[in-house]
Amino acid sequence: MPDSQLTAAHNPALLHHFAEPQQQRDAASLGTWVFLGTEIMFFGGLFCTYLVYRRGYFGDWGAASKTLDVTLGATNTAVLICSSLTVVLAVWAAQTGRRRLLIGNLLATLVLGTAFLGIKGIEYKEKFEKHHVPGASFQFNNVMIPGHPDQYANPSHAEIFFALYFVMTGLHALHMIVGIGIFIWLTVMAWKGRFTPEYNTPVEMGGLYWHFVDIIWIYLFPLLYLIDRHP
Amino acid sequence: MATASIPTVERENYLNKHYGVGSWLFTTDHKRIALLYLLSITFFFFIGGFFALLIRLELLTPAGDLVQADSYNKLFTMHGMVMVFFFLIPSIPAVLGNFLVPLMIGAKDLAFPKINLLSWYLYIIGGVMMLHCMLTGGVDTGWTFYVPFSTAFSNTKVVEAGLAIFVAGFSSILTGLNFVVTIHRLRAPGMSWSRLPLFIWAHYATSIIQLLGTPVIAITLVLVAAERALHLGIFDPKLGGDPLLFQHLFWFYSHPAVYIMILPSMGIISEIIACFSRKRIFGYSFVAFSSIAIAVFGFLVWAHHMFVAGISVYAALVFSLLSYLVAVPSAVKVFNWTATMYKGSIYYDAPMLYAFGFLGLFTVGGLTGLFLAALGIDVHVTDTYFVIAHFHYIMVGGAVMGYLGGMHFWWPKISGRLYPEGWAKLAALIVFIGFNLTFFPQFILGYIGMPRRYYQYPPEFQVLNVLSTAGATILGVGYLLPMVYFLWSMRYGKPAPDNPWNAAGLEWRTASPPPTFNFDEEPVVTWEAYNYDELNRFPVKEETPVAR
Repeated sequence: MPDSQLTAAHNPALLHHFAEPQQQRDAASLGTWVFLGTEIMFFGGLFCTYLVYRRGYFGDWGAASKTLDVTLGATNTAVLICSSLTVVLAVWAAQTGRRRLLIGNLLATLVLGTAFLGIKGIEYKEKFEKHHVPGASFQFNNVMIPGHPDQYANPSHAEIFFALYFVMTGLHALHMIVGIGIFIWLTVMAWKGRFTPEYNTPVEMGGLYWHFVDIIWIYLFPLLYLIDRHP
Repeated sequence: MATASIPTVERENYLNKHYGVGSWLFTTDHKRIALLYLLSITFFFFIGGFFALLIRLELLTPAGDLVQADSYNKLFTMHGMVMVFFFLIPSIPAVLGNFLVPLMIGAKDLAFPKINLLSWYLYIIGGVMMLHCMLTGGVDTGWTFYVPFSTAFSNTKVVEAGLAIFVAGFSSILTGLNFVVTIHRLRAPGMSWSRLPLFIWAHYATSIIQLLGTPVIAITLVLVAAERALHLGIFDPKLGGDPLLFQHLFWFYSHPAVYIMILPSMGIISEIIACFSRKRIFGYSFVAFSSIAIAVFGFLVWAHHMFVAGISVYAALVFSLLSYLVAVPSAVKVFNWTATMYKGSIYYDAPMLYAFGFLGLFTVGGLTGLFLAALGIDVHVTDTYFVIAHFHYIMVGGAVMGYLGGMHFWWPKISGRLYPEGWAKLAALIVFIGFNLTFFPQFILGYIGMPRRYYQYPPEFQVLNVLSTAGATILGVGYLLPMVYFLWSMRYGKPAPDNPWNAAGLEWRTASPPPTFNFDEEPVVTWEAYNYDELNRFPVKEETPVAR
């Protein structure tokens, strides 16, 4: 009897309604990709809104974008790209049965994800201090439009920018928090030795989700921080 | 209907395997979850129907006498929200789709049974939020949530209603996700794509819309709630925000949502018409791909809801043209169904009567849709009762007729009992008459100028409104009847044979009701879908031929 059939017969992770582990893996993989497709549409509504207003209020949005802290934003981008590397290493470690490496990389991912949220928190705090949070106390007076020294940005249009900034980065942060939850669970499971070269689908699927959230940020960073910036 | 042999000892099936509340609330069996959905959507159907009843009663007389304007606004709003988001969207996919998709493709369950249960819980959480919203004051924005009224002016529970629909939306997304993965990954050996029942194709197309459309309305409702609660101001015209952008985002989901309601119904009609004409469906692949085409084109027509809202003439022109395009795959289906019946041996059982009703009503609804896609006529009838009549012909005349037809067709499989055929035929007739009496006068009312969403009207409109209200009463009786005799049949109905209609399809090759894992042994498919030529000569099981 070939090995694969042996594992199929004895694999406790194989659910009753699947014929074999490969089918179960394929279903999980397709399900995750389809889910990420719905996530793209979820963020897509916001990107569409962004596009409409950025086209309409380009100068005002450039002025608003310039008040964001590019250094913190770029640092966060680097943090997330590093976390994608640790996720890839974690998936590889799971597939090749390196348990300690797997746990190490999962923990490293958690540290990087938490660092991202911490830096984001610092940025949000700054927005509150500068009265850049949309609502009654919003202030954006006497800010020049980049490249037009004689023109001030329209505070209302800047307020829409900050509204979208908070919704988009807030929704992204929410996804990061969910991702951290998933990775804590993965770490616990890895600690218990549940993942083997034969069964590691959760690590791979968690990794897909994490990469997706990273990619959203890769788009958010230039769209929000780098409008009309020149060297 | 009579059957030759009926097993005396009840076989173990999904209904009698476990007992107790817990065995239902924590089940992961797709068939049991379908029944949980059936109970919950029926509950919401009668709530939505109650609002409809009050609306029709108010419109019985020209004066605003039963309710005042504010209450009337809430009535039509909550009628729309409940019926669209808590009945029509989940109706066929979550009940019949949940029950039948694994059975029809020869799978033991949906790909993600726990997610399936989660989707029902999300639906219930959304439903409870909606009920709470209704009981503590309701909402008056119309089911469309148009800004800036919903964000700045309405003083009703907009945030709560929006969040209720947000949560229920995720139940719809998860159902669609489960169907797509199941249809891709869990088909039985031999069940190739070209052998899939058209019900499956229709649900595949529906799932695509649920997956790609629902997230957009979810984020749009989040923006409305955030704008109302936190004064973010993304759609606020005072800040330079664009209310039209909201309408674009809203209709990007809410127009395709109509196809979430009608496509599964079309799938049911394909099954019924082939079975009761005893013929292979005419043009199988055209009917299959027209479902996909409707799903794709459905995403390209949303702005026809905004012709008078201030979009550019060129945009209106393009959207008008694209709206006509949807008629092509829809017409392909209707022509193929009629061609299937041509020279078939037609049986006039209750499911077929509903299918006939569907054909007539959907055609009227679809053709009046073309009136509305035409820019000139749309300007004349926008926001009149003509629009109300049009979409009720599609969503009630089409979707609900198909749903009821499907419920009758598969009731023996679901419950293991036969429903009383005579009563069912009577109910089908009552529904058809009541429906037309309710909604046909509304075409005329709209055309001669009665606007929607008003609680009083000039006296010259009264005759048609009285007709409509009378029709609604008859329609209500037609909807109550099946509920009564379905419940009756669960206790007193004759036990159903495995294949009471001598129908094609894997779901008829297992027991009625099916065992928990659907098939005693994994089916291997070696035949084409709708092989009625063979079935007419060699029925699947000896007890199956039905004495009609």
